[in-house]
Amino acid sequence: MLGIRVIPCLDVTAGRVVKGTNFVNLKDAGDPIEVAEHYNSDGADEIVFLDITATHEGRNTTIDLIRRTAEKVFIPLTVGGGIRTMEDIRNLLNAGADKVSLNSSAVKDPEIIRKAGYKFGIQCIVIAIDAKKVGENKWNVFVHGGRIDTGLDAVLWAKKVAKLGAGEILLTSMDKDGTKDGYDTELLRIISNSVQIPVIASGGAGKVEHFSQAYEYGASAVLAASLFHYKELTIKEVKEHLKFKNIPVRTTN
Amino acid sequence: MQTKIAVIDYGFGNIKSVVNALRYCNAQACVIDSPLEISDFYGAILPGVGAFGPAADFLKLKDFDKAIHNYVNSGKMLYGICLGFQLFFTKGYENGEYEGLNLIPGEVRKFEFEDKNLKIPHMGWNNIEIANTKYADNMFNLIDNKETFYFVHSYYGMPKNLPHASSFCDYGIKFCSSVAYKNVWGSQFHPEKSGEKGLKILANFINEVNK
Repeated sequence: MLGIRVIPCLDVTAGRVVKGTNFVNLKDAGDPIEVAEHYNSDGADEIVFLDITATHEGRNTTIDLIRRTAEKVFIPLTVGGGIRTMEDIRNLLNAGADKVSLNSSAVKDPEIIRKAGYKFGIQCIVIAIDAKKVGENKWNVFVHGGRIDTGLDAVLWAKKVAKLGAGEILLTSMDKDGTKDGYDTELLRIISNSVQIPVIASGGAGKVEHFSQAYEYGASAVLAASLFHYKELTIKEVKEHLKFKNIPVRTTN
Repeated sequence: MQTKIAVIDYGFGNIKSVVNALRYCNAQACVIDSPLEISDFYGAILPGVGAFGPAADFLKLKDFDKAIHNYVNSGKMLYGICLGFQLFFTKGYENGEYEGLNLIPGEVRKFEFEDKNLKIPHMGWNNIEIANTKYADNMFNLIDNKETFYFVHSYYGMPKNLPHASSFCDYGIKFCSSVAYKNVWGSQFHPEKSGEKGLKILANFINEVNK
């Protein structure tokens, strides 16, 4: 059976791992390659690098960081942050990334999803959606690290990106991110039911039960950053819980 | 002496990941982008990330198709990964109908499910069932049946002749997750992205090249 993927996310800036609460008050905490190696040996199914300040400051993603990580870590690597052009995507894939995650650039020019999907295969195009609740059962898409409300409805946007050829959606709840009181299950359910592509749940994980809950609400993968980063939970502990709940999951020795 | 393995760069690659994995397996990975170079090697890998049509067209345009056929006909070892594996088949139906390399008679078709819980692409770690052939034994030497590997694909290959398959995987339907027949090996999953077990398959391939 296809297992649910447990994905640690490394938010990086200037070659260092950081993780803030609600995307402000960043704390510096670790070398990304060391952290990635640690997660790999702990049983991570995939690793996401997000250059969280890239768009805001107009920086390019850290190709060198990916190059060095891919030499040592033999599980899928996804990179997001500041990716704008077809050339950016090609450079990251050539450096050893398996997928790229687009956020602001896809909102600005949705056609890039179609073009990149055709050229590189839809499976390497991840669309990151930062959603924030703006009303009863209504979420809007935010960009630039949650600073700007695009006015786009998150459900309609999810459907659109799937139609354009996204391979996967990385769905972050801006309301839940950093709170540790669980993923936004309602958001997760509504998005997952709206598209056939996999949805990665992100934002709000605080204990093992939140991971199995996300699976029940339609997540194909579960992502967490600070929780793993500050060792409040290990990937092994999360997987043991999922296994206990009879949720298919890959186990390593 | 390190074994030299050619990694074919035809512009549709996760070239770097394959090179890294081969190096980790103590092989010398040589990226080649001209069909003329392939005959210098006894082991070659056709990687691939992307769509079947443009990749198949590009192989033909650059005369890689002829070079690969000559290479395989000389009995040398070839391994196709993901799109590279799909290109082994006779025909692919991604964004139209395209001719593949026809090294393995069969077709590449899209997953189609009514059930929205069966997400497409098939993405993540899934377990395989190893076929009972002598080529499969070599490919999966020291790897347990039901071992999990990393997949990411919306299309799947199905060989016309079942003995060409070296493993099967279940996702909505049972599909061929790898082939091994004589000197032609390939897998839908990514051995270079499947942790230790994936690296073991590449080591088995290198071992076969050295035989």
